[in-house]
Amino acid sequence: MSKITIPLGPQHPALKEPENFMLVLEGEQISGATVNLGYNHRGMEKAAESRTYLQTMYLLERVCGICSHSHTTTYITNVEELAKAEIPQRALAIRTLIAELERVHSHLLWLGVAGYEMGFETLFMYTWRDREQVLDCLELLSGNRVHYSMNTIGGVRRDISIEQKAEVSRRIKFLEERTRYYIKIGTEEPTVAARTANVGMLPPAVALERGAVGPTARASGIARDVRKDEPYLIYDQLDFKLITHNTNDVFGRLVVRVLELVESYKMIHQILNNLPEGPIAVKVPMKIAPGEAVNRYEAPRGEDIHYLKSNGTDKPERVKVRAPTLANLQSVAYMLEGGWLADVPLVIAAIDPCMSCTDRASVWDPKKGKMALYGWEEMRKLGIEHYKKRGVNFSGL
Amino acid sequence: MKTIDKLITWSLLKSPWILHFNSGACNGCDIEIVDALTPKYDIERFGIVLKATPRHADVLVVSGPVTRQQAKRLKTIYEQMPDPKFVMAIGACGCSGGVFDGCYGVVPGGLDQVIPVSVYIPGCPVRPEAIIDGVVKMIQSVEAAAK
Repeated sequence: MSKITIPLGPQHPALKEPENFMLVLEGEQISGATVNLGYNHRGMEKAAESRTYLQTMYLLERVCGICSHSHTTTYITNVEELAKAEIPQRALAIRTLIAELERVHSHLLWLGVAGYEMGFETLFMYTWRDREQVLDCLELLSGNRVHYSMNTIGGVRRDISIEQKAEVSRRIKFLEERTRYYIKIGTEEPTVAARTANVGMLPPAVALERGAVGPTARASGIARDVRKDEPYLIYDQLDFKLITHNTNDVFGRLVVRVLELVESYKMIHQILNNLPEGPIAVKVPMKIAPGEAVNRYEAPRGEDIHYLKSNGTDKPERVKVRAPTLANLQSVAYMLEGGWLADVPLVIAAIDPCMSCTDRASVWDPKKGKMALYGWEEMRKLGIEHYKKRGVNFSGL
Repeated sequence: MKTIDKLITWSLLKSPWILHFNSGACNGCDIEIVDALTPKYDIERFGIVLKATPRHADVLVVSGPVTRQQAKRLKTIYEQMPDPKFVMAIGACGCSGGVFDGCYGVVPGGLDQVIPVSVYIPGCPVRPEAIIDGVVKMIQSVEAAAK
């Protein structure tokens, strides 16, 4: 059978974000897939270098609207590490609370999108209606529905009152009941099983080789979770289970996320019941001593890594973000191959892609028709050559 | 006004069909747009339906700053839409570039530097209520112009 190549994206009804997949088809079956990125590349890491530490926090919050708290928390943990600031326990607990509320909102959002992609629109409408409860919680605590800006360098911006605590636990109890219903749907509903079982297979060996993270890796039976491996914030004081599943398919990813919701509710109750007393923030100087820091964080989509280099001024010298979707995209190409065209949106959605976090500098050469992705070393080499032609030599630096 | 124009205006007012386009947004506005379509806010009760292709759409809903990669694609999509067409710039980034104005990957200024804009809805991110308000204001202005 002859092969045809079709593009999926950057504007496609199944994709909520600009990204492009070139699919090589033999009839209905996919024989090869390439992922093209860069449609969402804005140049935030460079922009961060011209802003102060606090301004950079608000900029990095806008790396992604869904896991905004993840990015700010990882970034300011770096800043606080370099400034050697001692963060009050209450602030850490509030950060953890927001992080878990964010995970609940993100997983419910994913469940809805997955329902939409499998043609189960009722599930989409149900989960998005229930998701409003957790958005109301976040608005109550932070004042905003999506970009909470709860963090500030040295602690958190707002305290939690007794009334707010009661309201949050009331809403979470409601969600717990609804989640039991979703677990029932996810495991018993024949539509869900028919659309997700044995779709987008990712064997554990391939998941390890391609560096899958988060629920994508955990659904392939790999017990990998930064909250357990290298506890940050107050995760070492919380009692929760690491959820894994061994079916390696989209169904497994669904089960992992739904069961993680239950664990998150458990943690939210634990934090609300044992909120430490004390101040919520300490003062951190504007100028940060020179140094380097790296921190990891388990975002709803997987491991998020931030690198920060400071040079003694009030602006960072280098900020680097490794978002979880970038790690998971390598696996998507594997999952798509050999599958069916109709499953493509579902398989892509199953890693819960977030392109706004992911897009990197890439160069398209129209003459040669080649795409090249530039790393730090090559960018540096190019920069030195560029300035050499103009009579300045930076190679000694 | 010809009868056909009257018919087009009538159908536009009763049921505007929208196309959502992410031109490089952070997802914040996008999830709020989807929120506006789901049960709590449910703008489908005003006849607003999300469409999959620009050829069926009356209103182009654009979120985010326009990245250099997306600028020419955005123009193509705008040109594929049938007349009369409207554009809604969602969020501070769509209105002015927002926090990303000045980044090297982003077209300087807002969405109106690339395609003409009918309605600006500021906010970071916009609330679903603001989106509904913007849609209603747009419909009202079309109604007033038709009279």
